[in-house]
This record gives sequence, C-alpha cells and structure tokens, in this order.
Amino acid sequence: MAELDLKDIGVRGVNSTLHNLPEGTNEVDWVINNTNGQHAIACGLDAPLNVVVNGHAGFYCGGMNQHAEIIIKGHAGVGTAENMMSGMVRVTGNASESAGATAHGGLLVIEGDASSRCGISMKGVDIVVGGSVGHMSAFMAQSGHLVVCGDAGDALGDSIYEAILFVRGKVKSLGADCIEKEMRPEHLAKLKELLELAEMDADPSEFKRYGSARKLYNFDIDNVDAY
Amino acid sequence: MADKTPHTLPRKSATFDDYTMSEIRRAAATGIYDIRGGGAKRKVPNFDDLLFLGASMSRYPLEGYREACGTNVTLGDRFASKPIELDIPITIAGMSFGSLSAQAKEALGRGASIAGTSTTTGDGGMTPEERGQSKMLVYQYLPSRYGMNPDDLRKADAIEIVVGQGAKPGGGGMLLGQKISERVAEMRDLPMGIDQRSACRHPDWTGPDDLEIKIQELREITNWEKPIYIKIGGARPYYDTALSIKAGADVIVLDGMQGGTAATQEVFIEHVGMPTLACIRPAVQALQDMDMHRKVQLIVSGGIRNGADVAKALALGADAVSIGTAALIALGDNDPALEAEYNKLGTTAGAYDDWQEGLDPAGISTQDPELSKRLDPVAGGRRLANYLKVMALEAQTIARACGKSHVHNLEPEDLVSLTIEAAAMAQVPLAGTDWIPGKNMS
Repeated sequence: MAELDLKDIGVRGVNSTLHNLPEGTNEVDWVINNTNGQHAIACGLDAPLNVVVNGHAGFYCGGMNQHAEIIIKGHAGVGTAENMMSGMVRVTGNASESAGATAHGGLLVIEGDASSRCGISMKGVDIVVGGSVGHMSAFMAQSGHLVVCGDAGDALGDSIYEAILFVRGKVKSLGADCIEKEMRPEHLAKLKELLELAEMDADPSEFKRYGSARKLYNFDIDNVDAY
Repeated sequence: MADKTPHTLPRKSATFDDYTMSEIRRAAATGIYDIRGGGAKRKVPNFDDLLFLGASMSRYPLEGYREACGTNVTLGDRFASKPIELDIPITIAGMSFGSLSAQAKEALGRGASIAGTSTTTGDGGMTPEERGQSKMLVYQYLPSRYGMNPDDLRKADAIEIVVGQGAKPGGGGMLLGQKISERVAEMRDLPMGIDQRSACRHPDWTGPDDLEIKIQELREITNWEKPIYIKIGGARPYYDTALSIKAGADVIVLDGMQGGTAATQEVFIEHVGMPTLACIRPAVQALQDMDMHRKVQLIVSGGIRNGADVAKALALGADAVSIGTAALIALGDNDPALEAEYNKLGTTAGAYDDWQEGLDPAGISTQDPELSKRLDPVAGGRRLANYLKVMALEAQTIARACGKSHVHNLEPEDLVSLTIEAAAMAQVPLAGTDWIPGKNMS
C-alpha cells in the first residue's frame, strides 16, 4: 500500500499523483496521511483505486468520484462525494452539509451523522447514513436512495422528484410534496441490499418509506403555497 | 336633436396602458404570472446614449484596412495553465440544450468556431453536437447541476460558475414540461413532461469563502488547466466583482438586465437588476482597486447588438462581450419571413418571446423534432459567423477612427454621453461639456 503525505506534497501533489496513474495500474491501494482537514482531497478520481484518507477531511473530499473506493477515517466537511458518478465513499465519522449533493451514482456511506441538505439534488446516488440527517435533506432529490438509520430533521425531501427515502427514526417534518408511502416488498428488498452494502446492522422492517406526491410536477396556481 | 355638448377625446391612461390592462386580464383569467423568454424590453439607458469622439487635432487616426487594429483577447491567464485565446472579443453566451434545439446549439458552435471565438453550454449539460462543433467551449457549472459530470468538465476549454444572470439576479429557472423531451429528460435525470425547476443557489457552497474552496476543487479535478469564469447578474457590480476576484476567478462575466433568459417571470425580467451600461464602470473600478484590471478579464453581456456596442463596452473597461439574444436573431429568431406563423401564435415577428412553450417556428427555442429540423446548423452557423465578423469589423472601424491599434486601447476618454443618466452611469462627460454627474460639479 503506497502512502502519500499531504503535509509534504500538498493537495495538488496528492491529487496529481492519483490522477496521473497509468491506466490499469497495479498500484491501486493508497493511504493519504496528515490530512489536517484540507479541502478537495482525492477529488476527481477516475480509476478503480482503493484510497484511505487517514484523518479528517475538509470540503469536497471524494468530489466527482468515478470508480474509486475512498474511506475517510474521520469526519468530513461540506460536500463530501458531491456529484459522485460511481464507486464508493465511506466516512467513518460525521459529515457536514450537502453530503452527496447532486451525485449521479455510486454509494456514499456515512457511519455517523450527516448535517443539513444531505443528498440535495441527488441524481441517482445511493446514500446510507448510520446516524441522523439534518434539515432539508434530499431537497429537490431527483433519483437514487437515501437511507437514514437515525432521525431526519425538518423539511425532509422538500420538492422531491423521484428519489426514494427510507428513515428508521423520527422525521421532524416533511417538506413540500414529500409524503410517506407504502413499503412494498421491492422496497424492502432494495433497502436490505443497501444496508448490507453499507455494512449497517439495521432491520429493514423498522424503516418507513417517503417519496414524492408528484403534485408539484406541473405548475398549478392552487398549489402556490407549496412552491 | 343631437347633443351639442363638447366632449373631450377618449384618453387612455399612461398608468393603465394597453399592455398593463392586457396583463391584468391575462392574470385574472389564468391565475399564473406571465412567463416569457428574452431580456428586459423596457427602455433603459444603454450604449445608444454614448458616442465616440473620433480623432481630431489632438488624436491621430489609423488608416482603415491598411493599418492593423487587433481584436484578439486572452481569457483566463490568472491561474489556468491553458487560457483561452480568441480572435475576436465577442463570445457566445450560455444557452442550454433544452431551452434550445440541438440544431441551434450546433449552429452556435459552428458559427463561433468559424469566427474564432467560444460558445458556452447552459443548464442541462454538454451535447456531443455542441462539443464537436465548438473549437472553444465554455462549460457552465450551475446550481441545478443538470447533466453535470467530470468527463464533460475535462472536455471543456473553460468552466463558468453561474452565480446569477442579468435577466433574473437572485432567481432560479424553470423549464416547462412541454420542452422536456426524452433526450432532455435523460440528460437531466428527470421524468419527461414535468416542469424542471433550477435552483437559485448552489447546493454545496454558500458565499464567496465557500466559492473559493469550490473553485479549488474544480481546479484540482481539471489539473489547474481550465480558466474558471464566474458569471454574475447585474445587481451590485462593484462588490460582486470584488468578491469574485477574491474567490479566485480568472474571468468575470457580468450580465445586465437586457440579457436574455429561456423562461422567467416577466415581473422578474423587467423589475430586478440593473441595465448593462450601469454595471460596467463599478465592476472595472473594483478590478482597478484590486490591481486586477486586465489580469482578471471582464466579459460584459446583456443587449450587445453591434460593433458599436462592442467598442463602447471595451472602451468602458471590458475585455470582451458576450451575446445571446443577438446570436439567436442571427440564426433566424423572430424573422419577418415567418410572420404568418407568428400570427398563429398570437404574436408578430420581432415580439415573439414565448420561448418556454417550445413552439418556435424558427426551430430554435424548441424540442419539437419537426420544428427543430427547420434550422440547418451549417447555414445557421454561417449566418452567425458573418454577423460576428461584421461586429468585429465595426469595432475595428471605430477603434481606428479613435487612433487605436487594438480594440482594447479604446478608453473612456474616447466617449461622451447624450444624456445625463448615461453620463452618470458610464462616467463619461455629457456631450459638449466636461461634466460627469457625480464626479465633478463644473
């Protein structure tokens, strides 16, 4: 396993090393040390690498990830795995605001809590949070799944499109056009699959499903209070 | 016996004019605000209120067609390792595939490439047609992030972070369901036929301090090669420019209220934001105060129509301009040849602005396959290239007359104003005086 010392080579040195590996390289296992909460660590990766970020990360760690599996051993700042396309990002601690924002694919696992706007405008990513999520999570969520093993804050799923939300604990309030929906067998199966992928020990039968009422899909003046 | 009492002539109210009353009736009948495309239609102080002085006893003109007058511009050399080099200081503004047909986007790319300039994507991502036909393509990074992916980011020649636009500073967008074709829906990860709301704020940063970090991320992902533009609507140009510089922009795009939109509320277009003319000098002042004028380039947009407008914007301190509405007109938008079809839509050539409905007879602001086919991207591209070249020639003509060997050598001292309002906004003297309102009392 190769090691990169961020204190020595900086964020640019770390990222350029990981970006410039030859296609099909055997050097797929990397550890980044002395992270010190720096921003944009291991963003823009585009290869099937296994990267351990050994410490806390700042904003946008794992941003726009493609193919790589990134484990952040610590807490993560704003926009972790934002716009991820594929691969996996795991945070062993808590994540700040907008985790998984606009992400199109892959799996984001947050073992602790996630702050507000988790999964905002998500476009196909699967997000599993071991703890709770803050307010306005899954705001304008388009597609993909958000699994919350703890509680959800205010306005969950506000203006949601076709994303599917599973919450085990309490939901403080639902946002505009977000409703509780029937948990059918196919949903339970998907939830079970996601919990297993995320290595979360939780019983799928304890979750409720939330999604779009689809009443705001086309403008109607009689729904104006909800816009 | 007829009444001989004299009557006054029927008189309509200046306050409740015909348009205002028609809008009240429309709102009462439909229960929805008016949505349309384009920019502000109201009369505002603009470039027509300025004149160039030309050469005289104290200025030496250059010989037209004989002595060189450069028009090239470099954009983004503050931090990017691969800045953009353009032959002319006129770029094509961001307009989305979705609001425009694929043929229109391709035509814009073709025209810009022939003329040696760049075009820009829009909300909805990058199409292969546009990338393939655009020698220089700027990739917009918008709050919705529709179609946003790192592969396209790396294919771009520059990245434009959209904070706002002149037609609606502070507003998001809405692409109505009738324009959401299967292809548009797929690119945006949303179902067909639903209204697609574009957020007004970015989902993962708030304020200039965060934006500085976001720019760092974008630079890291693209290996510090691409110029990063920040596009702002004309609202508080001094502070927005200063904060954009602080956030690390290579280029600032400043869009005044005459700048177009694909679809926004009429009340927003006409009542929020400032005229382009009023935005330039405060922005240039911010650049100068931070010793960044000509180091961070300024692109001005919003109602640019001809080479005189280009020359005036440059003289006031811009490095380049950008056109959107004018480019669509060059492609064939609002062409009187289509008058009969505009009449069927309840409008007339020159006034058609219901771009959100997707029924454009010119095949430009539509996703209807039959209408879209009406626009030949090759012929459209040629028209746009012709128009761009004419604008550049006109700007050169004026610059030579002012004795400048490059259009960037034009300066405020070459200008006077016809009105007090424009003199105050542009900070040039009222014609025939040395009075600059707000600057001196003589």
